[in-house]
Amino acid sequence: MADKKVIKSRYFFEEDFEEQLAEVPAEKVAAWDKKAKLKIVGKGVDRYDAYDKVSGTARYTFDIQLPHMAYAKTLRCPYAHACIKSIDVSQAEKMPGVLAVLTADNAPKIKWYRGTSYLFDRHLRYAGDEVACVAAKSERIAAQALKKIKVEYEVLPFVADAGKAMQPDAPKLYENGNIAGGKPSVYERGNADEGFNRADVVVEETFDTQVVVHNPTEPHCSVVNWDGDKLTVWDSTQSVFGVRNALADSLDIPANHVRVIKKYMGGGFGSKLAAGKYTIMAALLARTIGRPVKISMDREEMNLAVGNRPDSVQKLKFGAKKDGTLLAMSHYSYGAAGAYPSGAGCSWPLRSIYKCPNVRTEEYTVFINAGPGRPFRAPGHVQGTFALEAMIDTMAEKTGMDPLDFRLKNYSEIDPVSGQPYTTKRLREAYEAGAKAIGWENRNKKPGSDSGVIKRGLGMASQIWWGGGGPPTYANLKMNRDGSVEVLCGTQDIGTGTYTILAQVAAEVLELPMDKVSVILGDTAVTPYAHGSGGSVTAPSTTPAVRHAAELMKEKLIGYAAAQMNLPPERIAYRSGELVDRDNPAQKMSVSALMRKVREQVLVTTGMREANPEGYAVNTFGAQFAEVEVHTDTGKIVVKRIVAAHDIGRTLNRKLLENQFEGGIMQGIGFALMEERVIDRNTGKVLTTNLENYKMTLLPDMPEIEVIIVSDADPLLNNTGVKGIGEPAHIPTAAAIANAVYNATGVRFKSLPLTPDKVLQGLYGGVKQG
Amino acid sequence: MAEKDISRRIFIKRLGTGVAGSGLALSQLSAAVSAGKDDDAGEKAPKDQVLLQLTVNGKAVRLHIPASLTLAELLRDRLNLSGTKVVCNHGECGACTVLLDGKAVYSCHILALDAAGKEVLTVEGLLKGEELHPLQEAFVKEDGLQCGFCTPGQIMSAYALLKQKPHPTPDDIREGMAGNLCRCGAYPKIAQSVLAAAKSNARAER
Ligand code: FES
Ligand code: FES
Repeated sequence: MADKKVIKSRYFFEEDFEEQLAEVPAEKVAAWDKKAKLKIVGKGVDRYDAYDKVSGTARYTFDIQLPHMAYAKTLRCPYAHACIKSIDVSQAEKMPGVLAVLTADNAPKIKWYRGTSYLFDRHLRYAGDEVACVAAKSERIAAQALKKIKVEYEVLPFVADAGKAMQPDAPKLYENGNIAGGKPSVYERGNADEGFNRADVVVEETFDTQVVVHNPTEPHCSVVNWDGDKLTVWDSTQSVFGVRNALADSLDIPANHVRVIKKYMGGGFGSKLAAGKYTIMAALLARTIGRPVKISMDREEMNLAVGNRPDSVQKLKFGAKKDGTLLAMSHYSYGAAGAYPSGAGCSWPLRSIYKCPNVRTEEYTVFINAGPGRPFRAPGHVQGTFALEAMIDTMAEKTGMDPLDFRLKNYSEIDPVSGQPYTTKRLREAYEAGAKAIGWENRNKKPGSDSGVIKRGLGMASQIWWGGGGPPTYANLKMNRDGSVEVLCGTQDIGTGTYTILAQVAAEVLELPMDKVSVILGDTAVTPYAHGSGGSVTAPSTTPAVRHAAELMKEKLIGYAAAQMNLPPERIAYRSGELVDRDNPAQKMSVSALMRKVREQVLVTTGMREANPEGYAVNTFGAQFAEVEVHTDTGKIVVKRIVAAHDIGRTLNRKLLENQFEGGIMQGIGFALMEERVIDRNTGKVLTTNLENYKMTLLPDMPEIEVIIVSDADPLLNNTGVKGIGEPAHIPTAAAIANAVYNATGVRFKSLPLTPDKVLQGLYGGVKQG
Repeated sequence: MAEKDISRRIFIKRLGTGVAGSGLALSQLSAAVSAGKDDDAGEKAPKDQVLLQLTVNGKAVRLHIPASLTLAELLRDRLNLSGTKVVCNHGECGACTVLLDGKAVYSCHILALDAAGKEVLTVEGLLKGEELHPLQEAFVKEDGLQCGFCTPGQIMSAYALLKQKPHPTPDDIREGMAGNLCRCGAYPKIAQSVLAAAKSNARAER
């Protein structure tokens, strides 16, 4: 089992396939059987770090204070598009307590945003772009100093709308124009036009979705400290290795001079997957002033400058036979990347979830003068699924079919994109279980037929996501003299429960109580490499590596016990934390007794995530069902119930799983009903920069939620049989709600969020809806 | 900046919450702001500082502070009680909730001076030594958290709610906790945690 090999690993992460070299075990650890009676894995054990969090003793990056620490604040461009003519920082520098000021005049030229810009650039492309950064003895002084910086701007024409930005006469953000890459991304299989020609029913609709902002509660923040030429950074990040490499590259110092640590973190949802400018700025300032520096975004900056989910305009055309067989689908879309590169494509669900021979998609990612996008919980899929699933419902209606039957009619047993079989696909079971739980037969057979002021409706939507993870991911396991265990892994727990599930896996294999296992994550100096925490890859990548490390530890202990007991290793069995002579079970020793013989040594093993199976597509699947009330007098939509039925492999911890599903659904309700970044089209400024104006779901908005897991395990994928859940939990919620609203009202709303004004307009505005 | 921030601060606009006391803060704001130049909270500058005495988690505290210091800043930056979190700094999310003389307040939204002579209870103050308060224990058992950043505020709001209503209905909890944002969406389990704590209270009473 100790043998290993290097492979080319390829799996989907957030927005694309990633390919990298990875060391994997030559021989896979046999996967836990689907029916394996596991003692700790699968149980709803308490969250590993719950004590620290409920007691207030958990120190987040935001809470760190170092002796002599200075504070940095950023001056941001007030215009949607401008060039800096001159900057005068003399008044700011003179203020008592101000320690240093960085601007384009004195900062090193560090490339940023994939080389399209610089850390400090004179060309500013959105209201919020970084102009200067001040370090001072206190955050207040730093904030006041920003006001003393005199900047002369040349204000440039701007464009804050993707559709307008695509016009030839639109103000340009880049010399090559506003379309990222200069052309759309196109996908084609079969011949869509031919498919439409043969279809009995053809429907064409346009949908749009809004920009939403991650708004994790802990702001993006870093604390940086130089010790000689070595840099330590505490960062609220989803990727310690990513941040380390960005720092080393930006500062042009060796990677081994940079240590990045993340222990507790107040959420990220994708917005903390990449290094932020602020971290680099703080490191530069700290080097200049010889003091540690803390930088944290305020809520306005959080809503301007650290990412968002791009909006979308999607034109879909579907054709089907009378019997409901889908013949062709086409998808044309554009969405705003913001001012710097990010992805706004959203056609993946359409390409991959249903059986359809003829598909064409054409997607434009467009630059506009607004804050740049970043991956946000299933990039592209949430907005794509909203439009796709509305169309599917419409096609069902036009062919006289039940929406669920229509989906089953076009069910794909293989991945329609690659033609490969799936490791598992239990979407059918999810449909059945979800329909039963929600009482699908109670929906309005005729949409809008519910009488009364409050109209009730049921809707559903399917979801597909990757979430299989893969190598490279490593974990070290240490066994100490007292039989206690440490798991070290370079992943990060962003609130999902990674600490807990890794402790569960180690405790399960070594048959130890949970309190014997401690877990250390997110420290580039001590934890072996693991991927950024996103894309629902964390659990399926890390748990098999930890299991491998623990199995290797078992082997190692058997070797030590054999030597100690003067027996051949084959004679020794590992049972319930004891090393037992197979031929004479009375002769045995506990792990801690053995470890005392090992004395001061620490035994170490390194586990690796095994290679993904070749020739298989790996996906998560699920369906969500929504029950809503539409108050036709006020336009208010109340979500009463959500049933989420999913195929996500093995359940590691039911309590944590439910929690994460509930959170994904909660964010889906926000996306469906209230969240929206609003830009003033006249000035290009964001109007929703605080939590009063940027509306998010609160406790009273929460429906009753039922989570059903229809999968037992995916043993083909990895040795724990686990797939990810973070994104699957969120993807279909908004689509299911929108379909339920249609079922309630008989009016198809094609624009998110479904705010009361849109609902009233749709119901009574005299606008004929499709 | 800070002056403008403070004058822009407004009453809580969110749905009914257990939180009170911001009005009290505002009553003294104008005086405090005109008296206190924004200066360095970390440096000794006695001429711009005022003496503050209060009780925090049962301990008497006496220190000089700039008049513009918020209660959240006092707790986090000066007293090293970083359990209290700041998320919006504008009285809009409940993350900074602490108890002031037994009533829940948004500590980002109130001046430290407004706590003069009063008793402040923070999430750390619920602990008995290392032992969790039953309410905190309920949050562990019911998993009323994910990232945990909103959790101290949730717990303090719940604590205030249970003081007012020891036997809350699920609706009381929805209403009483409506001012506390949780971006991870641990709401169902937060509500369960509060309910479970109330039940164990009731058992203890019997
Ligand atoms: S931080 Fe005080 S209410 Fe949000
Ligand atoms: S647990 Fe993360 S914000 Fe509430």
